[in-house]
Amino acid sequence: MNAMLPHASLPPRAGTAFKPLHFAALQSGDVAPGFLEVHAENYMGDGGLPHAQLGKLRTDHALSLHGVGLSIGGAAALDRDHLQRLRRLCDRYQPHSFSEHLAWSSHDGAFLNDLLPLPYTEDTLRRVITHVEQTQTALGRRILLENPATYLQFAASTIPETEFLAEIAARTGCSLLLDVTNVLVACRNRGEDPHAYLARFPLQQVGEIHLAGHHTTEDRHGAALLIDDHGNRIAAETWQLYESLLARTGPLPTLVEWDNDVPDWNVLLTEAQAAQQLLDRAARNMKAA
Amino acid sequence: MQAEFATALLDAERQPPAGLLAADTTERFAVYRNNVVSGLIRALASGFPATEAIVGADFFAAMAAIYVRVSPPASPVLLDYGATLPEFLAGFEPVSELPYLADVARLELGYTRAFHAADAAPLPPGRLNDLTTHRIGALRVALHPSAQILRSAYPVAEIWAMNTGRAPLREIEDWAAQDILLLRPQHEVAAILLAPGEAEFLRHLQAGAALEQAATAALTEAGDFDLGAALAAMFTRGTVIAVTD
Repeated sequence: MNAMLPHASLPPRAGTAFKPLHFAALQSGDVAPGFLEVHAENYMGDGGLPHAQLGKLRTDHALSLHGVGLSIGGAAALDRDHLQRLRRLCDRYQPHSFSEHLAWSSHDGAFLNDLLPLPYTEDTLRRVITHVEQTQTALGRRILLENPATYLQFAASTIPETEFLAEIAARTGCSLLLDVTNVLVACRNRGEDPHAYLARFPLQQVGEIHLAGHHTTEDRHGAALLIDDHGNRIAAETWQLYESLLARTGPLPTLVEWDNDVPDWNVLLTEAQAAQQLLDRAARNMKAA
Repeated sequence: MQAEFATALLDAERQPPAGLLAADTTERFAVYRNNVVSGLIRALASGFPATEAIVGADFFAAMAAIYVRVSPPASPVLLDYGATLPEFLAGFEPVSELPYLADVARLELGYTRAFHAADAAPLPPGRLNDLTTHRIGALRVALHPSAQILRSAYPVAEIWAMNTGRAPLREIEDWAAQDILLLRPQHEVAAILLAPGEAEFLRHLQAGAALEQAATAALTEAGDFDLGAALAAMFTRGTVIAVTD
């Protein structure tokens, strides 16, 4: 365990994903989100406007750096060049948090650009633990690991996802990023109750929450198929799960994601303000209790 | 497991790997297949907007779906994904009636590279006057890291400008070859049309040649190459970041 590594922390407020098209609105707006989150891989160019914007934003906002390409669940060794690029970004921007996914995305030299599922076994557990430890060592900080949105399971899995994540956190000292939308999507897609999943989740390890819109369709057999498309407002059911979660944890840093069909800044900000209201209520209830 | 999974993601003809659990594994696996391919198509479309506008979004998506299967990204950094798209287009039979398309894609690739290139402060135009006191022919200049030189047999800068909303659509009267410099002295990338010989001049300078060698190469190619104008333009545009003896 990397026991000596510093613990990253974001403010327990509602933040938003940052998209370059919102830069001007964000700079001139009266209301600032609690923090901003960017995808690390979008800032791996050498220079130019992306870095100029991020540098300016970093002076006014808490920053969460979110990786989508490290392939921590990959069968192969971690990409050392990519770890170095992440390290340079962390050194340059000193983000309050760095997070990645319990998923794989590269195989045999090809980057597949999606967060792909892995079976949960003793073997994959050992591998992910090794990769999380290597990442934390390379970055010189603890990371957050996110639960995935999944569309199928593996016959080979022997460990429930919540236990798998709890074990990784316990053995590596990493924190967890609890994506409530992913919980809803994955649970519905495998016919599990998302409340039961959250009841088993190691909540004391959670360092950030993600909320996003999803898309609901039906499969050929008439069963609900939920797709984590980050292209919509947050669904009522996601808000309910979030609220019941906050009743147990108190306020936690919460990010509103929106990656496809990105709306005007005001729409995104309104979603974040709705999350902030629930955070404020959770804080009041904790005080009253 | 991951080898089979990865192979089946990029090959729609293949069955999903064994050992998956779902009511309908083919349909559920198709969600991942679609995520992978449509995500990469979106990445290409965002890097090649003029190419997409010329062939239309539907055609581009169908063509890109073929490209992503033969040339998936080799790195999780997608900023420069599509480096081989121009060569792919040059050999893609359905676009053979658009012979300029590969060059439009080259211009877009250069634009993206210029956009993400390292920052560097250009020398002020006034520095040109200092050069006359030196043995000017032996000087070498360092070009801005964003500088990209593109030579095309087609008027690609205009085609690109019209298909990205930078210029109004109109008939191109002078269907002639163009040399283009893509340059980003601050944050905006400019596509600058070069005079005869200028591309050769800049290419030699970029490769480390001294001014005299570069000028000779430019004059060999274009008898009307204007060294004075080329030097002035180079400094005015912010192309030079250092001069060394």
